[in-house]
Amino acid sequence: MDPIYLAGVNDPATYINWGWLSISVPNLIVILIMIVLFALAILLPFPKGRDRS
Amino acid sequence: MTTRTADRAPAAKRADIASREWKGPWRRYDIVKEGVIALVVVSILTVLLAGLFSSPDEPPLTFQGWATSAPDNFYATAVQELAGTSTSAGYGPPYNTAADGISVGPLAPQQRFGVTHPVDAANDFVITPLRSQLQSADVTDALATWDSASSDQQTAWATDYDTALTDADGDATKVADGDYGPVPVLAQGLTDMASAGALDGILMSQGVFYQTDFTKQILFLGDGSYLDDAATAAHLQGNTWGMMNETGSYPGQAWLWLYSFWYQIPQFNSDNPDDYLTSHADAIIFYIMAVLSLVLLLLPFIPGLRSIPRWIPIHRLIWRDFYRTQPKS
Amino acid sequence: MTADSPNPAVEPDNVQAVVDSPADVDTGSSVGLDPTVDPDPGIDPSSSMWTSRLRRAWMSKLPPDELLPDRQPAYVASWIYVFGVLTLAAFLVILVTGLVLAFAGPAWYHTSSPGLFTNSLHFWSVQLFFVFMVVHLWGKFWMAAWRGRRAMTWITGVVAFLASIGTAFTGYLVQTNFDSQWISFEAKDGLNAVGIGAFFNVANLGQMLLLHACLLPLVVGVIAVWHVLLVRSRGVVPPIDTVDTEFSVTPADGASATEVRP
Repeated sequence: MDPIYLAGVNDPATYINWGWLSISVPNLIVILIMIVLFALAILLPFPKGRDRS
Repeated sequence: MTTRTADRAPAAKRADIASREWKGPWRRYDIVKEGVIALVVVSILTVLLAGLFSSPDEPPLTFQGWATSAPDNFYATAVQELAGTSTSAGYGPPYNTAADGISVGPLAPQQRFGVTHPVDAANDFVITPLRSQLQSADVTDALATWDSASSDQQTAWATDYDTALTDADGDATKVADGDYGPVPVLAQGLTDMASAGALDGILMSQGVFYQTDFTKQILFLGDGSYLDDAATAAHLQGNTWGMMNETGSYPGQAWLWLYSFWYQIPQFNSDNPDDYLTSHADAIIFYIMAVLSLVLLLLPFIPGLRSIPRWIPIHRLIWRDFYRTQPKS
Repeated sequence: MTADSPNPAVEPDNVQAVVDSPADVDTGSSVGLDPTVDPDPGIDPSSSMWTSRLRRAWMSKLPPDELLPDRQPAYVASWIYVFGVLTLAAFLVILVTGLVLAFAGPAWYHTSSPGLFTNSLHFWSVQLFFVFMVVHLWGKFWMAAWRGRRAMTWITGVVAFLASIGTAFTGYLVQTNFDSQWISFEAKDGLNAVGIGAFFNVANLGQMLLLHACLLPLVVGVIAVWHVLLVRSRGVVPPIDTVDTEFSVTPADGASATEVRP
């Protein structure tokens, strides 16, 4: 019944430090996913629908 | 990008196309099918993510855990509650009147709304719990001595002992001799109660049967170093993005990034707690966020900001197929 | 009854005309003979009844083919348009998993595997919800989607975003685990500093639980429905500087060429 856990999800996250800014890798991934989704949504061609007048 | 056209169009033709019915070409678009597919995709994604990663659930801390793993710190915190030197005891509204709370210029809402969740640190955290169960003879005697003393005497005993304990680096066995009244016995009695697990239940009930309010427990727990250390270990402190993070390797409330961001700026978390921006950070950052939220809300009416999408023409990419078929404007 | 026969039954002279169409009248009833009773109280385009007025207002603002259109202007052709409906889909998953969690109570998922899995579904659908909503918001910003009397659509969207943040925040407070202990300890200072803590007590589990499971989802849901109805009634915003066939030579907005006004 237990879901399959990927290794290490309950260990503390890794942090990336940049001067006084630091960010956890999971949060960084979420933010990157948003940016990538936005870029893909804009750049990928949308399927052509049939035109109607 | 457009510039103002030299020959202005007649008034009728200048009518904003965006605000009237579309007269141009159309395409088939099945929004119900789109919605059903979206629901299926999101459901599958959710099941996949939940199955692969589960969700965070670190067990809550307990007073028993605190008193057994860091008994000296618990003991010292109990003394501070009696002396009125703990964070909770000196907090001010909405818990007590020991301080005025934060005000920024003429804005003093913390004081204005007064004490709405009364917390009497010495009695609620130490004396009442001790009195709530049968105690050993020395604790019973200490309670009687405490009760019969004036409040000035109680404060004098507790603050003297608090100072002496701090001077002894929190080691109760090395405290200098002095007149501390019943304070050491009361603090030890509470530490014993907490170690045994009794304090968790007694703090909860405090004379009522049903209880859903954990204000007292949260405040007391936060007065010591136990909660703070656990939060530091989990990277949950305010200067490391605080509650935007999550326990374990999970994403947290990433949508709070802008709120948390201000606390990362050195001026808002300086090493000197008396710096104005640092001591007033909680209020100032809230006001900044309130103003920014209002700006986002009213963006369509703010000249300049609302024109950014025209200046940075990402819309040319979004609508590239359509612009290709349009006469240049 | 056709739309161009305005309430004939109220005039006694018209009674006969009405009874002449027997399909409209119950056989054997005396309805047709009583001038005060309308034998066919169906669609009456000019009725002053509140119900009729509400229906007329609804139909003029949002007729069925605008509520559920099977076509969109040709410029609606980008993946950016699917993020609104993805956000709504995630909201539905959140509601369903949240209802299961609410039924079983806040402590269930700490001790039960199905409970933990339901909590995981709830957790990840919230993460997806915010990812989709933020991409949707970015998209609508870069399209300046508030143009053409659509400012209220933008405003309801922002309110839904802010209300969702409040809903998620109370959700983190009712996890009844270490994370909620810490969040309530840390968040109280910010809320107390501006007086909100006097009424909104993050350490009061009962208050947070009811807000999270009852009031706030209702607020988000109502605003989201309002937002979607506004989108349907106003239509999808045309491209910036667009011209359509009717005015195909002049710029659309000579009067506001440097601004993107609502």
